[in-house]
Amino acid sequence: MTQITKLEQLYGREGISPGHSACQGCGAMVAVRQILMAAEPPFIVVTPTSCLEVVTSQYPYTAWRVPWVHVAFENAAAVASGIEAALRVLERKGRGRRHRVLVIAGDGGTYDIGFQALSGALERGHSFLYVCYDNEAYMNTGIQRSAATPPYAITTTTPRGKPEPKKDIMAIVAAHGIPYAATASPHLWKDLANKVKKAMGIEGPTFLHILAPCPRGWRYDPKHTIKIAKLAVETRIFPIYEIENGRYRLNYNISKPRPVEEYLATQERYTHLLKPENKHQLEEYKNAVEQRWQKLLKLTSLDKITH
Amino acid sequence: MISLKQAVLMTGDEAVAYAVKQSDVDFISAYPITPQTIIVERLSEYVGSGQIDAAFVPVESEHSALSACIGASLCGARVFTSTSSQGLALMHEILYVASGLRCPIVMAVANRALSAPLNIHGDHSDMMGSRDSGWVQIFCESPQEAYHCTIQAFRLAEHLEVLLPVAVNIDGFTISHSSEPVELLQDEEVKKYLPHIPRPRLDYDSPHTFGSLALPTHYFEFKIEQARALENAGKVVGEVASIYPEPAGALRKFTVDGECRRVVVVGMGGAMGTVRHVIMSMGIEFYSLVSIRMFSPFPGRELVNTLSEADAIIVMDRAMSPGMASPPLASNVKSALYDEGVRTPIISVIYGLGGREPTITMVKGLLNRVRSLVEGGIAQSSHIYLGAGGETL
Repeated sequence: MTQITKLEQLYGREGISPGHSACQGCGAMVAVRQILMAAEPPFIVVTPTSCLEVVTSQYPYTAWRVPWVHVAFENAAAVASGIEAALRVLERKGRGRRHRVLVIAGDGGTYDIGFQALSGALERGHSFLYVCYDNEAYMNTGIQRSAATPPYAITTTTPRGKPEPKKDIMAIVAAHGIPYAATASPHLWKDLANKVKKAMGIEGPTFLHILAPCPRGWRYDPKHTIKIAKLAVETRIFPIYEIENGRYRLNYNISKPRPVEEYLATQERYTHLLKPENKHQLEEYKNAVEQRWQKLLKLTSLDKITH
Repeated sequence: MISLKQAVLMTGDEAVAYAVKQSDVDFISAYPITPQTIIVERLSEYVGSGQIDAAFVPVESEHSALSACIGASLCGARVFTSTSSQGLALMHEILYVASGLRCPIVMAVANRALSAPLNIHGDHSDMMGSRDSGWVQIFCESPQEAYHCTIQAFRLAEHLEVLLPVAVNIDGFTISHSSEPVELLQDEEVKKYLPHIPRPRLDYDSPHTFGSLALPTHYFEFKIEQARALENAGKVVGEVASIYPEPAGALRKFTVDGECRRVVVVGMGGAMGTVRHVIMSMGIEFYSLVSIRMFSPFPGRELVNTLSEADAIIVMDRAMSPGMASPPLASNVKSALYDEGVRTPIISVIYGLGGREPTITMVKGLLNRVRSLVEGGIAQSSHIYLGAGGETL
């Protein structure tokens, strides 16, 4: 595969038009633009109920310059299954042609309510790329906690910080034995674009987990979205890696991580965590980050040994 | 020349599956639930053996089944699914999306009671729980009707004045699992009857947005247009049925048996065969039967013409509407009559819940009792549980 290294290697068609109603500094929107410019036509986009859905499709307008469908909240992967399977038949019968199928879903629609449909579609082996843009809570309904909300983060339903850890969606998805899963961040646009291109070229289900900072939900100045995305990666909080046919590969080795506190300090949802009286919680948080990183390194090095 | 028709012993489920096989479907997605399971088993066989060129997607829930059907339908595919009871209830949310997105999906519903308590046998509670979902709703009396209705359902659903999903209802077990000789059309006849008509769809070269957000400025108009499309189904069904290759199987909104209409029984589904048998055996000079096939859109005005001369009307519902003024069919009949200024007494009968099939004795007792009330000039609107709740009919 030719690696995308320059802007002109992207497909020309901007999938999203100006004029949509996303918040200023929306990390998801930056990622979606990058995804759509890297996706090879022809493709169809499926979006479950989400921020992305409501900010792009308010009748009588649409921001979508590509074919797009929203059905409900918990079923994007099922809708994608139907599209993918039907188009194979219609092409065979001369009444349609195959398209690549791209799901772009939030974390609620992926980790929680859409989880069953996602698991079913992965198990059945449909060819589609499922992208989860993860802003770590139900932002569309007003910042309620989801299974993707990190520990100690404040949301409107965890006013003292979330007591539980974040669900490891990548491990769960990979456990389905799908050919490709990867993480990506909008500040690394080339990595993100190449992963979209790679995933959409694979027969079978593929998955992309993108961290999408949210100024409203994480409570920071909208101008810091990309900076925060970068910090998440450089503190080892959000590692950038891929799992291809079961092989783990770390795409960005962070040999000298920046302090976790630097990331936490950018967002008001963590203000309490930096107070002296919550030092033990901060330590727990930092340990968890380090443990995850070490686990990932182990999976990567194991892979080097076996392959 | 007499054309010889092929008659094959089939259950209702098998008849539906065979109709789907002949209808050149492109996509089937379903989840197993008794008593519709045989439909999907047969269809899996047809797809697996190459007798149908279609995708069969065995999803992990009914919710996903209908969701996958919507995705396929929006690509221009001819789509079929089937379910029952809890499965239909699980689909409830997506039923409204299927009609709102104007997807001409055909779904067989092998009607079954809703839990709790758990019960796998027939009644109409499942469909009645979703009666306002904007689907065309057809009820069949027999496997033969199920066969004919399924084929015509595709033509009706895909009519450009309609573009709505159609539910073909068959009573669980009494139709779904009962065998009778079913006369089949030739494959070519069905193919000719069901041309593939292009409609707006998902395609990269002509991008459409499906499933918008519509706020108070527009949502209401969407729903009015959708309601009109459902009314259109009532207007075009005659045309759809008139060109059906087998006139005896042409879909009708309802049938009327019996000349005299002093006491008219109105009902739908498989039990109407029992009622018809009783009326015929008791003499048709006093009773007649209106067996509804098209429950939605409800043929209210047409019904009034048939019912207006009756001294009493018995409406048989195979579902309850707890806490409401009347069960679903009785409510509709009463509304239709009220709109035309007719104030005939209505005896609202709830029967057959959870598979308690009405027997000949039960129906005879009911008809005799209503006849004596009419002859004594004391018929008035009332509610009865047939064969249950202390009724000794």
